[in-house]
Amino acid sequence: MSRQTIHLKKEVLVRIIKAFFSGDFINNIRLVPFQMRPKGSDVSYRCCIYKERAVLRDRIISGLGFGIENDDETLDLGIYAEQALKREKPEDIPLTVIETACKGCTPNRIHITDLCQGCVARPCQSTCRFGAISIINGKSVIDGAKCKNCKMCVPVCPYNAIVKISVPCEDSCPVAAIQKNAHGFAQIDYDKCITCGKCIIGCPFGAVHEKSQLIDVLKNLNKKIIALIAPSIVGQFPGNIYQLKSAMLKLGFSDVYEVAQGADITTKNEALEFKERLEKGEPLMTTSCCAGYFNFVEKHLPEIKRFVSDTKTPLYYIAEQAKARHPDAVTVFISPCTAKKSEAHACANVDYVLNYEELGAVFVALNMEITACEQVPFDTESSREGRAFGITGGVAAAVASISEIRVNPCIINGLNKDSIKRLRQIAREGRCPPADCAPQDASRAPDAASGCNLVEVMCCENGCIGGNAAIAPEKISKKALADFLKMTPAADQP
Amino acid sequence: MKQIELKICLGTSCYVMGSSHLHELVDMVPSRFGDIVNVVGHNCLGQCSKNLEAGGPPYVQVDDEIIPDASIEKVLQYLEIKLK
Repeated sequence: MSRQTIHLKKEVLVRIIKAFFSGDFINNIRLVPFQMRPKGSDVSYRCCIYKERAVLRDRIISGLGFGIENDDETLDLGIYAEQALKREKPEDIPLTVIETACKGCTPNRIHITDLCQGCVARPCQSTCRFGAISIINGKSVIDGAKCKNCKMCVPVCPYNAIVKISVPCEDSCPVAAIQKNAHGFAQIDYDKCITCGKCIIGCPFGAVHEKSQLIDVLKNLNKKIIALIAPSIVGQFPGNIYQLKSAMLKLGFSDVYEVAQGADITTKNEALEFKERLEKGEPLMTTSCCAGYFNFVEKHLPEIKRFVSDTKTPLYYIAEQAKARHPDAVTVFISPCTAKKSEAHACANVDYVLNYEELGAVFVALNMEITACEQVPFDTESSREGRAFGITGGVAAAVASISEIRVNPCIINGLNKDSIKRLRQIAREGRCPPADCAPQDASRAPDAASGCNLVEVMCCENGCIGGNAAIAPEKISKKALADFLKMTPAADQP
Repeated sequence: MKQIELKICLGTSCYVMGSSHLHELVDMVPSRFGDIVNVVGHNCLGQCSKNLEAGGPPYVQVDDEIIPDASIEKVLQYLEIKLK
């Protein structure tokens, strides 16, 4: 992950917000690329200052909430800003690829460099199971038509002459939804995309952007607008969540709810559903609040649907409560990732989503110091179990804490090639043999006969604290969350 | 030799713009430079309101010197030169 690209994206967001509050949004947004790359400034990354400004223009368009794919290049940024202000609903698809920023890097393949000595041993040739390597003019050559990119030849070369050329966005995507188009630029296939946001972090050129709903939220500040903060927000900002609440009230939110409160409802319902399903004779249930996993099931593994819990997510419950109490309020979910944007979009009670970086950019633009704010308590304090939902193992542990049936959890900590294989196996065989399960949870008592019965899936490694919009490194947020949980009382046992 | 004080700003702007990632310096600096540099997290150093256009947050302060737009590499490089 590149700090530089993330920093640049945040700087763009901060500039957009400053322009919004400047009193002349339409004109000042147009000036942002010129302020960031003024005449005569160093050309940091691209071929020339004009290209840098062009890329910045496109980044701003996504920051205003639009996709670049349909961009009319003749349009002034001011016109985009006007459209953003008028827009009633954010766009459906939460991601966009900025083609001007995409390097169009060398395609994913195995490449034999000129370090090849054409040795007598030729381990590359004997290792290749597809007969793709032959020796031409005394050097190894790969036949692209036969090569399956298996990488077996890479480690066997005694000269380290064989390299795998990576395309980081493609490598980061767990479901092969982002690929080069005919022109060599990255393109997302939205029929496959699970909006997990891994490509956003993966691309070293920062070419994949979230379409931000910043403007939609900013224009509603100081009206009746309720923020719903995800449990993984702990540690993403300095200070504690009570100070964060007070800072958000100062920004112009009328109230702030913890989504962890919804998590407490999820836990109860999930434990009931778990009991029902197992008593009916089902071998296991997959529990998750991860929108990326739901999208994955929908698009790539419908066979596992019969095991997926029907219990709603914490966001669903808390948004329902917020709208029931305040039907006229706008609700904004404060999210660790892009995937939740897709969930929120489908949820009638959530109007908008801001991720942690976007919320952070608002604090930066308005120069607000969270640690200087007083502590404001929540109307209802959430339980320790609910507040732990944002970290891998948290959901399963919460269910286990009140379940009448003994829980043997299997924790899928991040969607990747291996874990997807395992999920496919679970779907196919209808069981999760604990012998293959890496013990990740001390509370787990694998029972060889019955196997795992509760499978928790998190799309991101470490859970939501590893989401694509996380501000703090996981080491820091994990500790902050652990300290906070120690101070929070456990839920009342039923 | 007098000890050098390295302060990582943990104010909101710096934190959001990446100072939480500078935490790694706490381990990296002593292993490379020994005890001569004392790395500490610090409440807002007040730079954002002072130097609006000077590179921006995150800020690191080494004795009286301010490093804007700080990254791990930038800070280590700075110390390398300072301690030569």
